[in-house]
Amino acid sequence: MNDKTKAKKNRSEFWERNRKSGGYLLKKKIMGVCISIARFILLFGLCFLILQPILNKISVSFMTEQDLYNPIVISIPEHFTTDNYKLAAELMTYGKSLKNSLVISLTIAVLQIFVCTLVGYGFARFEFPFKKFWFACVILVILIPPQTISSSLHLHFKFFDILGLFKLIRGETVNLRGSILPYYLMSAGCMGLKNGLYIFMIRQFFRNIPGDLEEAAYVDGCGTLKTFFRIMLPEAKPIITSCFLFSFVWQWTDGFYSKMFLGGKPLVSTSLARIVDSLGAYIQRITGVKTTISIAYSNCILATGTLMIIMPLIILYLFAQRQFVESISSTGIKM
Amino acid sequence: MKKKKNKLAGLQKRKAIAGYLFISPFLIGFLVFMVKPFFQSAYMSFNTVELGSANFSQTWVGINNYKQAFLVDPEFNRLLVEEISRMIIYSLAIIVFSFFVSLILNQTFKGRALVRAVFFLPVILSSGVILGLETDNQLMATLAQQIEVTTTGVSITDGLETILTTAGVGTRALETLFEIIDNIYDVAIASGIQIIIFLSGLQTISSSMYEAADIEGCTKWESLWKITFPMISSLFLVNWIYTVIDFCMRSDNEVIKKIQTVMIDQLNYGTASAMSWVYFLIILAFVGITSGLISRGVYYYE
Repeated sequence: MNDKTKAKKNRSEFWERNRKSGGYLLKKKIMGVCISIARFILLFGLCFLILQPILNKISVSFMTEQDLYNPIVISIPEHFTTDNYKLAAELMTYGKSLKNSLVISLTIAVLQIFVCTLVGYGFARFEFPFKKFWFACVILVILIPPQTISSSLHLHFKFFDILGLFKLIRGETVNLRGSILPYYLMSAGCMGLKNGLYIFMIRQFFRNIPGDLEEAAYVDGCGTLKTFFRIMLPEAKPIITSCFLFSFVWQWTDGFYSKMFLGGKPLVSTSLARIVDSLGAYIQRITGVKTTISIAYSNCILATGTLMIIMPLIILYLFAQRQFVESISSTGIKM
Repeated sequence: MKKKKNKLAGLQKRKAIAGYLFISPFLIGFLVFMVKPFFQSAYMSFNTVELGSANFSQTWVGINNYKQAFLVDPEFNRLLVEEISRMIIYSLAIIVFSFFVSLILNQTFKGRALVRAVFFLPVILSSGVILGLETDNQLMATLAQQIEVTTTGVSITDGLETILTTAGVGTRALETLFEIIDNIYDVAIASGIQIIIFLSGLQTISSSMYEAADIEGCTKWESLWKITFPMISSLFLVNWIYTVIDFCMRSDNEVIKKIQTVMIDQLNYGTASAMSWVYFLIILAFVGITSGLISRGVYYYE
């Protein structure tokens, strides 16, 4: 009762104020409502646009081949099946490649971020000659497409040698293509996937931490390394976590470096890229006849495969959404 | 006095050494895996590379590889021009779109965090191989066609397109515009990081500026151009560079696909290097010139 009278009083007050302002208040209120409705429609549409392919893949992945040709079936499968998942898992050797991808992405991400943090800290906190020049080199690393140097790297690792040492000892150079060692070496040297960007982001973050902390540590007799590990590293936890997440995710889906260096190992990204071909080979094997697979069915398997490899990422994103999104804001990117 | 100065110099020296130690992984990596291959591939682009079983040999052929790329190869010129014009159009569209979306997301409303999370999702999901697979997904295209056929209503964009093109003014520009609108999905999934960068910039603008402008009788539209725009103009530069670079390295980029086929399938390392050098130099020149132009217009508040 009390609330009702209060609301009534508020309402009459509103009209009173509206009258006094010459209709301005009402106009403003109506405008506000219109704007929020328009905003809702726009954002809903855009969000749907982004989510629709994923939703579509989910619905397609449960359909039988029959449903794909049925013009009545659009999003809800008539014959619900999980066979697509089984087939896609078999084609991609899912268990094995998942394990490989997990191990490789994790170790690479840890290595890359560890090295990039060191380098970023060095650029942010120390004064040394040619600092500007070396930082320009970091920018250059961001700018050079890896494809430009890929042909040379190809040969570099095919005939790998350190200052002619191997040739002296074994009489020939070592072929490192197909092994994962080159990629670990490159990651340790900050030349992996988008490592320049991580260095840049971590440097920006360290630059925003006040220097007093460090100075206090130095005054108290802390060495450079100890200061870094005990004082600065805990401070930089948010940016390190998010760079780590980025590194993990991008490594997970990366095709270029995986194809180039890790071609021999089944990984989720490379096996997904090959899934349509393996489907053809598979069907040929079980039927014994070379048949062309319909576009619809191969795409259905492709959609299922894609879903299977992004599923871990979606789960990761659900839990670590904040770290992903806020990482970039926290660096305070400025030129 | 002298002693003190000496000690300071010692400290500085020690700090410089520590700094070099910290960045040493980058230095080693850069020198071994970047500088050498960089010059080697530049050198290779003037050579034919013969692969032997235990070694490879190079013979100097001058600019033959470049001739091969430009004059002999049937696709390369076309792909290069197409890809670069596509890059210009899409980068502009991405910048405009992300600026617009970040302006909306900067307002307060319910479910803002959710919307922000959705817009950022493509950064995670549409990267690497998935992006390449997405573009030539026939099934989705046929499904879309089917839906279009089954819904008998006239598409609004088609109607608008007919009306505007019959007006006959700037037909080419309108065609480009409609192409972008038809491919708004590509624009939306490519602008996750840009939106966040703009958003973080928008949040640093102090609200007192807007209040002052409001009191002085500034409309929202005016304060958008007079306050918001100059205050985050430096982020336009950042975003522009990021967008262009990102676009050039996407795995569904036709030029890059071409380079890969020439290199891996045809084993023609020389021509592949020449092609990638042409591509790299064009991108570098483009980024340099445009960012030079943009940075003229950038306003620094400090």
